[in-house]
Amino acid sequence: MAKSSASKSSPSLDMTPMVDLAFLLVTFFMLTATSRIKEPAIIDPPSSIADKILPHNVMLISIDKEGKAFYNFNNALVRTKALEKMGKKYDVSFTEQEKATFATMTSFGIPMSQLKEYINMSKEKRDKVISPGIPADSLNNELSDWIHYGRMEEARQAKGNKEQIEDAGGEFVREPLRFAIKADAKTKYADVKKIIKIFTSKDIFRFNLITNLEQGEEEELD
Amino acid sequence: MAEVNTDQGNSGGKHNKRRAKKASTKIDMTPMVDLAFLLLTFFVLTSTFNKPKAMELAFPKEDVDSTKNIKVNNALTILLGGEDNIYYYYGEFYPENNVKKATPTVLNKTNYAIDGLHELLLEKNKSTVDEIDIVKERFQAREISDSTYKELVTMAKKKKGALTVLVKANERATYKNVIDVIDELNICNIGKYAVVEPMKQELALMAGMQKTNE
Repeated sequence: MAKSSASKSSPSLDMTPMVDLAFLLVTFFMLTATSRIKEPAIIDPPSSIADKILPHNVMLISIDKEGKAFYNFNNALVRTKALEKMGKKYDVSFTEQEKATFATMTSFGIPMSQLKEYINMSKEKRDKVISPGIPADSLNNELSDWIHYGRMEEARQAKGNKEQIEDAGGEFVREPLRFAIKADAKTKYADVKKIIKIFTSKDIFRFNLITNLEQGEEEELD
Repeated sequence: MAEVNTDQGNSGGKHNKRRAKKASTKIDMTPMVDLAFLLLTFFVLTSTFNKPKAMELAFPKEDVDSTKNIKVNNALTILLGGEDNIYYYYGEFYPENNVKKATPTVLNKTNYAIDGLHELLLEKNKSTVDEIDIVKERFQAREISDSTYKELVTMAKKKKGALTVLVKANERATYKNVIDVIDELNICNIGKYAVVEPMKQELALMAGMQKTNE
């Protein structure tokens, strides 16, 4: 018995548990992985010790190195509604198809006059476009309108949800809308201030400034 | 590494017979495992767990008159200039030939390093920092509860007479400068601070300082 087992011993071993585990992990990582959303501009925010996670219900204004502004609203429904309102104001009509495409887009920095063309581009082409930024001058302040309509539509939607849920006998908990600003470390503060002024003129004073998490200063953290 | 069964070398009728007999239900899992680990490695390396972090900050309502100074007790004003220059003065601002006949304000230069701004803030904010340290000691000795601790810390930060910091940036300062300063204020337990518009005299004074340095 001993002799036969010695001769039969081979370098192969039962890999089943390892394979099981490997596949389990693969599945986990595959399901949790979210592909990095392609942004129209590369923005590398400065780091800080702030460890508050950005809330979900957020209107995000990104500002790149040159001070160009980008607008984003996570909520697809609010985005589309805001687009409709913007179209009405700036005399651009959007088809249902265009609205649907717009709903799936991320942050954008295109003035209203070019927005229709931009939406109709293929995704690959859109990624290559160099965004001029949303105009935020005192004369042509589209950003201000985007903020206004985004906020208004969000409030309207929240109200609709509230009625719906309360009619069904549930309790509605509203996550308040937050205003996030994401600017590059090298952005001039004057450019950021310009955007903040647009907000403060609308009586919005509280912001979430997006920062990277600081590393290597643990002794300071306590 | 992975081994592949290579039985082709032994040929012959006798062998064929034996192989047929030995055919088992086992399959070679090596390629599959290779692939699985390849995928695993890929996902482990590419996945990032960092959710965006945000710093909450409130901005004051716009003040039209930028020459008017904000009157605060125990105020430290930090002025941010271009090229990572940073200046400060303590107390009220006195322009030259002022009515009160006080000595005109002189700006001091500091830097973003640990022995610069950090030291300065800790020193100016010493009473609050000490108070928080005592509270912290009591908390660590389990004398007070978690919620009381937080309450006491906020109280110490917001108490009357605690250091108030005004951050003012000029045209050339970057966003990073502002965030760095606010971050340092948070680290140094300063509860009362605001980012405000600089006054014209302050800007002039800062421009003068920058010129002499060049």
